[in-house]
Amino acid sequence: MRGPHDLGGLPAGSVDLSEHEHGFWEKRIDGIRLLLADKQRRLISVDEMRRGIEALGKEAYDKLNYYERWTASVTGVMLEKGVITADELGRKIAEIEERDKARFEDD
Amino acid sequence: MSEHTHDHGHDHDHPHPNQPDIDSEPMGYYQLMGSALGELLIEKGVITADELRAAIENVDSRSPEGGAKVVAKAWTDPEYKARLLENGTAAVDELGIDMPATHLVVVENTDKVHNVIVCTLCSCYPRMLLGLPPDWYKAHAYRSRVVREPRAVLKEFGTELADDVEIRVHDSTADMRYLVLPRRPDGTEGMSEEELVELVSRDCMIGVTLPRSS
Amino acid sequence: MTRFAPGERVLVRRAYPPGHIRTPWYIRGKTGVVERICGEFGNPEELAYGRDGTPKQPLYRVRFLQKEVWDDYAENPNDTVDIEIYEHWLEPAA
Repeated sequence: MRGPHDLGGLPAGSVDLSEHEHGFWEKRIDGIRLLLADKQRRLISVDEMRRGIEALGKEAYDKLNYYERWTASVTGVMLEKGVITADELGRKIAEIEERDKARFEDD
Repeated sequence: MSEHTHDHGHDHDHPHPNQPDIDSEPMGYYQLMGSALGELLIEKGVITADELRAAIENVDSRSPEGGAKVVAKAWTDPEYKARLLENGTAAVDELGIDMPATHLVVVENTDKVHNVIVCTLCSCYPRMLLGLPPDWYKAHAYRSRVVREPRAVLKEFGTELADDVEIRVHDSTADMRYLVLPRRPDGTEGMSEEELVELVSRDCMIGVTLPRSS
Repeated sequence: MTRFAPGERVLVRRAYPPGHIRTPWYIRGKTGVVERICGEFGNPEELAYGRDGTPKQPLYRVRFLQKEVWDDYAENPNDTVDIEIYEHWLEPAA
């Protein structure tokens, strides 16, 4: 089956030349991935990350932006390997979301 | 310095690098996930906050200026150019640019051949030389079309090549990374290496544009 | 020793397995010429699942004429596309 990432030659519209400055959250997942892949850790290879991105399926692949796909894949591989658990992740996401909401409450 | 004297207002000085960067909007789901992943990895000692800060600084420190210096040196030093085309990885290492995981192939534009770089499968890019890739390089339209209608795509970048120029597209599918060595523009004979660096844009090293001549 | 030498014509296997494949869809079944041998690298089809990528695979850069890749190629007939392809995806061209 042709993966959602395998785009060479497919019909597409004109190239959108607009660019955005990379945000902190984008550089952070980039940095996390670099550390997890380094010689000291070897917890994820570039091909494991790509495999995770390809496995998102076409709908998610097309909908998510570049570093959202990276985030989904690196997190997924860390779950597979037991480096983190789904329970830890769910609790931590909720905790950060609360912390983030609090930023708007005391203004 | 009085950062300890006021404690009202919201938390702008969160002590580790997991703070959201867009203060005006709540974090989206994937930002939350990435933030949670970072904090968990730090709490578990898989990575440290200092390592993460350094990694982010490393990502930030790469820019197209690195590639431009390589190009300008190749334009002014024929022996360096020969080494660069023979073994790109070793030649950029001479300038202090380390390519630890991948090999660099430098492809030279001539009056007969024009090179263009793409990665149709993901977004492989010579990050050590050019920094993070631009949005269009990662997007569907460029990746789909530049292998099939390169001239039409280059026109969208404002680049028109003579019909008899042969276009060589390089699809970075594996362990090589590519850098285009553009042709040195006419009329730049008197310019110094430092002045030439200014003419070399990121996009001309990807092959979608040509270098400026002044 | 590598199976193919620079200048040799090679056929990209027409195969469609699941998994993590670095041979683009559009080039499968096409014939090109070995431009250079890049060295030996871990097999991404193995690395993708957390294994060590051995045995390493010779990697080639293969040059294809665009007009032979796309039936309706409308630009310069001498235009080419270079693609990195691992040895197990290549066969001698007839």
